[in-house]
Amino acid sequence: MSRLPGSGASTAPRPAYLSRLIGRRPAGSSQGEERAAFLFLVPWLAGLIFFLAVPLGYAVWISMTDEQLLRSGRFIGLDNYVEIFTRDPSFLHSLRITLQWVVLTTPLFMAAGLGLSLLLNQKLPGMNVFRTILYIPAVLSGVAVAILWVVLLNGDAGAVNQLLASLGWTNPPNWFEDADWAMAAVAIMGMWGVGGGAVIFLAGLQNIPPHLYEAASIDGAGPLAKFRHITLPMLSPTLFFLFINALIDSLVIIGPLIVIVGRSGSGGPEDSLLFYMLYLYRVGFVEGQLGYGAALAWILTVIGCILVYLTFKAEKRFVYYETE
Amino acid sequence: MAERTFPRLSARATGKRLGLPPGGSLLHAALVYGLLLVMTAFILLPLGWMLTAALKPDTAPVFTFPPEWFPTEYFHWQTFVETLTATDDPYLQYAFNTSILVFVNMVGAVLSNSLIAYPFARLRFRGRNLLFSLLIATLLLPGPVLLIPQFLLFFNLGWYGTYLPLTVPAFAGSAFFVFLLRQYMRTIPKELDEAARIDGAGHWTIYWRIILPLTAPALTVVAVFTFLGTWNDFFGPLLYLDDPEEFTMALALATKRSRVGTEWNLLMAANLLSIIPPLVVYFLAQKKLIGGIASVGIRG
Repeated sequence: MSRLPGSGASTAPRPAYLSRLIGRRPAGSSQGEERAAFLFLVPWLAGLIFFLAVPLGYAVWISMTDEQLLRSGRFIGLDNYVEIFTRDPSFLHSLRITLQWVVLTTPLFMAAGLGLSLLLNQKLPGMNVFRTILYIPAVLSGVAVAILWVVLLNGDAGAVNQLLASLGWTNPPNWFEDADWAMAAVAIMGMWGVGGGAVIFLAGLQNIPPHLYEAASIDGAGPLAKFRHITLPMLSPTLFFLFINALIDSLVIIGPLIVIVGRSGSGGPEDSLLFYMLYLYRVGFVEGQLGYGAALAWILTVIGCILVYLTFKAEKRFVYYETE
Repeated sequence: MAERTFPRLSARATGKRLGLPPGGSLLHAALVYGLLLVMTAFILLPLGWMLTAALKPDTAPVFTFPPEWFPTEYFHWQTFVETLTATDDPYLQYAFNTSILVFVNMVGAVLSNSLIAYPFARLRFRGRNLLFSLLIATLLLPGPVLLIPQFLLFFNLGWYGTYLPLTVPAFAGSAFFVFLLRQYMRTIPKELDEAARIDGAGHWTIYWRIILPLTAPALTVVAVFTFLGTWNDFFGPLLYLDDPEEFTMALALATKRSRVGTEWNLLMAANLLSIIPPLVVYFLAQKKLIGGIASVGIRG
């Protein structure tokens, strides 16, 4: 076993598993290069430990305590989880609302974004102007957008209801104040920002080689056949990426909700806006029951992981990667 | 021949001159433009309504029938002055507070993410693939789980009520930005590093003098995203700030909205002022921003 001079400071044998995991130093690199690399990585590694690993471990611990704001908790085992699953109607209610929201709006926003990007992808003059305008809501703060829509959707005198009334709908809904319409109102607000996803779809569309469409035209394919057999498969990686994002975003929606219902985290009319994260925020930060809140957070995480896992499973069937 | 010298202004010819594709496509173009105009109206009319409401004096009704989508009658710019000089809601102070956070976060993000991306893109070391996989894995890490333990951590460090929880994490980098920068740095020719090394430059010099300047376009994307993210952040300030003197724009607005009586014009003016900085940045950096978003989407 011949070693190049200076190729390793430590002569202590490394455990086999570690060697397999880390491997040998890449050929041609020097010890100095390795040391420099780890020095460059110090900020990230420090953050990884202090802002991620430690809180993550801590989260497991406090979810098994009755920790409260300004009062240390004591270990109570799985009591929080038992209570959540057996004696907490708000948990089930908020979970139901959140899943309802995810199932209804994720496909809706995806389809709207895709449709919009198909329009923007037409080879017509002025498309850049439309793209610029349609992306505007995506750069605005959730607070500003929520405030604007709370006022626009004001039940008595909001601009939307005035418009509906002038179109002949004499008894328009009360939106955020009406248990049956509150979630629809949040969805309308979400639709306003649909241009954000459209821009990513558009980039995916423009990455599809034009010769595919030309070949299909020669074979006599119509627009629908082209969409079904070229656009959709070629776009499926982008669809998949956006779907995962949209899924996670809609699971953890919170900011605009707090603006709508107020800082106390009330659930809106008949708790119709008590989304999961809003409930978590109320329990953890308004009522100060941090241990219970941490347990709620873990449950949402597990649900999120299952949904993402199922999506990845489905990826194999529906997503087409050109390199394969 | 006659047709050649005097081309008829057919729909097709008009379309061609306007840059429209040929082939019975005027109907198609009309349909596309029609749908896009509907969508544009859906985006712009609410903003127009907000401006109309903000430009009304206290005496004019904000809610009218039918609704006014663009300012026609009132141009009471004084509302904005009133908003900015109101003593119970010092918006200039809030804007200043937010600007400090934005500045510190931008410096932190540009520095830390480029530092972290550099070895992943340019250096060879053991465990690089493993660490990079770890970095990508943190992209999928759920935020909600960290919310409470991070809060407790910062609280116990005595950081509650300060800007530290809202700034220090930016200096530890974020997986998304590291990924973006690494992809960009990998496209820089390796010969540059080698030439510099022959001239005796160390890794730091190569990073600082060669890689960093050449990464400027991607760093701009990071800076712009950080600007928008920090200016628009609401949940962080909501959890960590207590003293109204320290409030950010978003937090102050959200707090004001729950107290508002009938001064809709003032609320709309403040709301409008709060979206001007992101809008300006967006229009200035539009090309790079959309390019950056798009590249991430495709690679994902």
